[in-house]
Amino acid sequence: MKLSRRDFLKLSAASAALASAGCSAPREPIVPYAMQPEMTLPGVPRFYASAASFVGAAEGVLVESNTGRPTKVEGNAAHPGSLGATSVHGQASVLQLWDPERSQAPRRMRQPAAREQFESELNEALVRLEARRGAGLRVLTPTVVSPTLQSQLVELAARLPEARVHRWDPLNRDATHEGARLAFGRALEPIYRLEDSRAVLSLDCRFMEDEPGRLNYIRQYARSRSPKPQSMGRLYVLESAPSLAGAMADHCYAMPLAEIERWLLAFANAPAADRTMRAIADDLKKNRGLILAGEGLSPWAHALVYRLNHELGAPVALIDPIDPYPQPHAQSISDLAQAMHAGEVELLVIVEGNPGYDAPADLDFAAGLARVPLSVHLSLYDDETSARCTWHLPATHYLEHWSDARAFDGTAAIVQPLIAPLYGGVSPHEIVSLLLRRPQSGYESVRGRWKAIDWEAALRKGVVENTAFPPVKAALRTVALPTPKEPAAWSVRLVPDSSVLDGRFANNAWLQELPRPDTKITWGNAALISADSARQLEVESGDVLEINTHGATIHVPACVVPGHPEKSVTIALGYGRARAGRVGNGAGCDAYPLRLSDSLWSADATSIHKTGSRQALATTQNHARMEGRGHAKHIALADLIGQARAFEDETPEHSLYPAWPYDSYRWAMSINLNTCVGCNACTIACQAENNIPTVGKDEVIAGREMHWIRVDRYFEDRRTLFMPVPCMHCENAPCEYVCPVGAPVHDSEGLNLQVYNRCVGTRFCSQNCPYKVRRFNFLQYSKDDEPLKAQKNPEVTVRMRGVMEKCTYCLQRITRARIEADKENRRMRDGEVVTACQAACPAGAIVFGDLADEQSQVALAKRSPLKYDLLAELNTRPRTSYEGRVVNPNPELDNG
Amino acid sequence: MQVFSPVAVLFLKIAALAGVAAITVGATALYKFLPAPGGEVSPAQPIPFSHQHHVGDDGIDCRYCHYSVEKSSFAGIPATQVCMTCHSQLFTDAPVLAPLRESARTGQPLRWTRVHKLPGFVFFDHSIHVAKGVGCVECHGRVDKMPRIRRVASLEMQWCLGCHRDPAPHLRPPAEVFDLAAPRPGRDVQDGLMKTLHIASVRRLTDCSTCHR
Amino acid sequence: MAELRGDIAAPLRRWSYASVSDKIADLVLTRPAHWPWLAGFAVTFAGSALFFGAIAYLFVKGVGIFGINIPVAWGFAIANFVWWIGIGHAGTFISAILLLLRQKWRTSINRFAEAMTLFAAGIAGLFPILHLGRPWFFYWLAPYPNVMELWPQWRSALVWDIFAISTYLIVSLLFWYAGLIPDLATLRDRATSRAKRVAYGLFALGWRGEARHWARHESLYLLLAGLATPLVVSVHSVVSLDFAICIVPGYHSTVFPPYFVAGALFSGFAMVLTLAIPMRHFFRLEDFITLRHLENSAKVLLACGWLVAYGYFIETFTAYYSGDPYEIAMVQDRLAGFYAPFYWFLLLCNVLAPQVFWWRRARRSVWLLFAMSIVVNLGMWTERAVIVIQSMHHDFMPSAWGNFIPTAWDWTLLLGSIAFFAFLFLLFLRFLPAISISEMRELVHEEKHA
Repeated sequence: MKLSRRDFLKLSAASAALASAGCSAPREPIVPYAMQPEMTLPGVPRFYASAASFVGAAEGVLVESNTGRPTKVEGNAAHPGSLGATSVHGQASVLQLWDPERSQAPRRMRQPAAREQFESELNEALVRLEARRGAGLRVLTPTVVSPTLQSQLVELAARLPEARVHRWDPLNRDATHEGARLAFGRALEPIYRLEDSRAVLSLDCRFMEDEPGRLNYIRQYARSRSPKPQSMGRLYVLESAPSLAGAMADHCYAMPLAEIERWLLAFANAPAADRTMRAIADDLKKNRGLILAGEGLSPWAHALVYRLNHELGAPVALIDPIDPYPQPHAQSISDLAQAMHAGEVELLVIVEGNPGYDAPADLDFAAGLARVPLSVHLSLYDDETSARCTWHLPATHYLEHWSDARAFDGTAAIVQPLIAPLYGGVSPHEIVSLLLRRPQSGYESVRGRWKAIDWEAALRKGVVENTAFPPVKAALRTVALPTPKEPAAWSVRLVPDSSVLDGRFANNAWLQELPRPDTKITWGNAALISADSARQLEVESGDVLEINTHGATIHVPACVVPGHPEKSVTIALGYGRARAGRVGNGAGCDAYPLRLSDSLWSADATSIHKTGSRQALATTQNHARMEGRGHAKHIALADLIGQARAFEDETPEHSLYPAWPYDSYRWAMSINLNTCVGCNACTIACQAENNIPTVGKDEVIAGREMHWIRVDRYFEDRRTLFMPVPCMHCENAPCEYVCPVGAPVHDSEGLNLQVYNRCVGTRFCSQNCPYKVRRFNFLQYSKDDEPLKAQKNPEVTVRMRGVMEKCTYCLQRITRARIEADKENRRMRDGEVVTACQAACPAGAIVFGDLADEQSQVALAKRSPLKYDLLAELNTRPRTSYEGRVVNPNPELDNG
Repeated sequence: MQVFSPVAVLFLKIAALAGVAAITVGATALYKFLPAPGGEVSPAQPIPFSHQHHVGDDGIDCRYCHYSVEKSSFAGIPATQVCMTCHSQLFTDAPVLAPLRESARTGQPLRWTRVHKLPGFVFFDHSIHVAKGVGCVECHGRVDKMPRIRRVASLEMQWCLGCHRDPAPHLRPPAEVFDLAAPRPGRDVQDGLMKTLHIASVRRLTDCSTCHR
Repeated sequence: MAELRGDIAAPLRRWSYASVSDKIADLVLTRPAHWPWLAGFAVTFAGSALFFGAIAYLFVKGVGIFGINIPVAWGFAIANFVWWIGIGHAGTFISAILLLLRQKWRTSINRFAEAMTLFAAGIAGLFPILHLGRPWFFYWLAPYPNVMELWPQWRSALVWDIFAISTYLIVSLLFWYAGLIPDLATLRDRATSRAKRVAYGLFALGWRGEARHWARHESLYLLLAGLATPLVVSVHSVVSLDFAICIVPGYHSTVFPPYFVAGALFSGFAMVLTLAIPMRHFFRLEDFITLRHLENSAKVLLACGWLVAYGYFIETFTAYYSGDPYEIAMVQDRLAGFYAPFYWFLLLCNVLAPQVFWWRRARRSVWLLFAMSIVVNLGMWTERAVIVIQSMHHDFMPSAWGNFIPTAWDWTLLLGSIAFFAFLFLLFLRFLPAISISEMRELVHEEKHA
């Protein structure tokens, strides 16, 4: 160890054991390019437009690349599926790219094998099958959002007429499309124009988290909430499971799926009979009502909703499904399973997806797979399915390959790679081209599909112009309505998990540690249950339940959630993975055993009882009540009208401290609780931008999560209130004056800084922070594992053990904008600095900017009548302020 | 009876004083002779590249090799192909350039040794300093007189602050930023530059957030 | 000059100049180590080893090995710090203040009380450093010229702490040492082996007991006493400001300085008893540390008990009187929340239990006194822990509420520090006169000619 002055001081200060931890770094090389690539400037990030698909449709993204490393995903404002926002999955997808546990080599019978061997084996089989016009060849894919892949599969069918292509996507649109078949005789996809309706009734439709148009719909919802009597919309929600929409609803009714269907029937037949129904029906009629139906409902219910919307003249367009597959997925995979069990399948090619884990339980897909002589699985991970297939091929990540994808409304976008495949992966286009015996690079396939367009423009803009599907005119048929079945004593509602979806993100630490919006649970799932039902079963949160359905039994810890339907539990899918990877294995419990092909979203429980054992739930918020402290404020529209201020300002007039002098910018943030839907995009975007480490389940249980912006969730007045809480950047910051070394300091633009390299870790600042937004590295949380460290943002310090950290208002983004402006000798313009949380927010609930500029967005927000400061009475004078939520209850109805 | 004879006592007293002196001197010496933080001042390089020759004798502009100095935080280190623009013609078989030719042949980059190293938590941006009239020579010295590149600044925080607390004396007209030989202009010119270049307030320049994130 | 009361003076009359010196000096010089001492030494040595082992592990892994989190970012370490500093009070109080007040009876207990002070304060000073996220930078809290041109932040109570504690340590050390010099000389002259003579001789600084020496010694001793006296008050007042300057309910309280000082004396005197009683028993010092001494200490305990009781009352009262919802919520949580059992336990130990000392028989029952001293020590530690932890776990924002659960390492460092303290004290008993020989001689002399 070579001793330098710093170390000498260290040594003389602390024990040798300590100093050796900080001994002087070895010689550091500078490695220039050998051949300078064009258009790269070391130290200057570039952005490339692409598209990512998570829930059966594309979300446009702009991906930040630092000297060739994709490090961050932003939304693409030009893309209808994004409108500039990103989903939590979009943000986390970049971590998935760098996941060290992605499959890195082809495997035959689990053993590493050569790609050439695979291709020769495949060709052999194909030669045999082609003689029989493809009989015995089956291809299985999830929802295909890529037009190119669609046409490749069509070509395959033409070439081998006896071959069959199947679909299985755990997040399929079966009910919606089947409903359309009943109503119109063809599968159709509804596109909602929420902002054109002033009364929306959602029948268990999770349109803010699971619908293909989710980001677009959240933005529309936000626009519809501007608190003006003549324009503000109203949202009614019937939900069988906690959902974002339910939390935001003006009137929310919780009941099991079967009950919702009965309600719908009654509502359609005789709305006058019931007071609530009448009020809602009138409101819908008066205010261009719109009804949304969720995937959980039966096809006939969807058909009925199509009819009601038609009668209402609701603002909903019908388009062809972006994946024109003629059959319901459940049907398609059942056929495949049958064929496999019957031994009719000689060659099965599974292009992405993980049916070995998520296929309906009654099909016994795994066993069928064992009977297929040659099975091939293309996937990012060597997962449950790969383990059962003859061959596993590493797939390319969407940031590694050429492709294309359609948004929920049909708009196409080109998927362009930002980096060469890290592990020589194969793209879906490439493997299908192998089946076509016309090996072709993904680029060739995609380019071939889009000959006519302005390629450069499409890449630059991130969308292909005028590719949205036109609305179709379809004639309604009369639908025979069933007499709905009696609801079971206890029902289990299965939902996609807000973080891991169907399980594909199980190995993503960011998503695992992202608190689930309704429960704040991390690193697993639970059986959500209402307080009353819990009392009946004598369980509390953390008690493990045994749930029996016809033929299946699972054990899962209970989690009591106010406002959950009675006699029903909700369990998120996607957990209990066996081969997800070190991060995902064993997290949560697997609910797929309860999922049957004829009932994908709910199961009747024969018995539910507590086992006596307990399992700690790693929740980030342990207290859901506000104790009357009114942190998350809300007001009824009626009470707001004519008010200059909705909430009185409790800031004391005087302060012992002199006010800070400011001569230039004064940064500030305003968070609009009226549009925030609590989706957590801000939290994970911040994590990606600021190199925030994950800490793992045990540390979360210990209360040491690191998120710089957390979304608080309170249950108050029979409502769920969301409240994002970043650092307040107080004018009179309690953290600043208590630090013995002055690590938290106030800068000339009003930022409350935390200087990591000065911090010695007394934690005095956190003790004195009333908002508890400061985060501490109790242990060495940041690891620099290859290749994960390639994702790190080079403009943000990676914090070491023993250092306090917190929200910086994305200082690095301010600095970049400032330097660019200074070079041009001008002031920064409003909107030139966009924080990571602000950029990601689908609702546009966060605005950031310069208070010195009277006309800036943030200055306007601060003048809103809904503006209030958190804990204003403490006279901390926060730079971050809130706009309270406005609820718009129907005066005809009592439950507000 | 006596334990300590007067002589012993005297000896003890002297020894005590000597001990104190020894510790002080020793510590000071140790501190003086230890290398400063920031590593070696002039480490060996894979190729004995001479700035004196390229800049001083041949008069090549800094930006020819350090291409991103005006646009990026990072000044840029020339790619092998940049060196080869000349050295495919000149000194084509000079033994010292063997690593360069090797790199050009194999496409494997050269690995230079960093001379100006800042801690990970310090974010220095070349482009803004250059844009605001801080000449290369201010921090890097007369590289045109350096046969072997050498660090002339301590790069310690107090050194940075010295300039950030009083930038004017370190400024020169933008035209002369890359001119290593040009003398500093007079104070009046520099005061003028403070205005024309809109140099931020010293308060802003000495905010922690200016360099630390 | 306050005359000694009969029940302290009487036993002294049995003693002469020489016999006093013999008695006390022999404890150090000739008396062989008996099994109780050896046993104690073995146990405390093991404990100390564990203590430093735990510290090493702490430095390697980080403070995450404790149960601390957000919101409760301060845990046992800070409670231990405040507790030990408190214990470090009685010594100086007894020596300095009682000296200035001419309370002669203090003579037989001040020496070991001062030693206790040193050890306790030293250990206390350790904890804030152990509690740092990056302990190897602890010197950044001290002002010194550096290449960063940065200085400590003077608004922070932690910086005031550094000065308060280091001053207190230095002055107590000098005070204790100054008192020792004549005795060291005595030991030097009585020691049989040359090694001991040299060792004691070095530290005796050539003391020859001349009138000149005595005169200087007297004035120095008085001077230091004068210096130490205000420190007794200042140190723990400053420590209390670590909490008082916070805005958090349970910390933010103007009553803290006096309330902490009272608490300090309380635990300090308790610890004096905890140490004095066994020492008196094993070394047969009943004539020097008389029942009267113990009884006086018991009275002090009773008084301090009421002082802290007042503190508890005022905290609760002001919470409701202020009408501040957060303060009220904090008090309610203290009385009935997650940590409520500990609060009631400390009330039992610190307020209820000491009331037995209203009865003379209780004050004079050695074993009860010993038991009570332990109880009060427990109670005072619990008080510190409750203030540090309970105040934080339910502060302003319910969304951030959480609980602190101590880990094995929290306990190891607490018990380890106690073991290390006892270890040092045992060594002190073995190698230095636990009672001031010179001052006892003086006393005996006065009694003889009274």
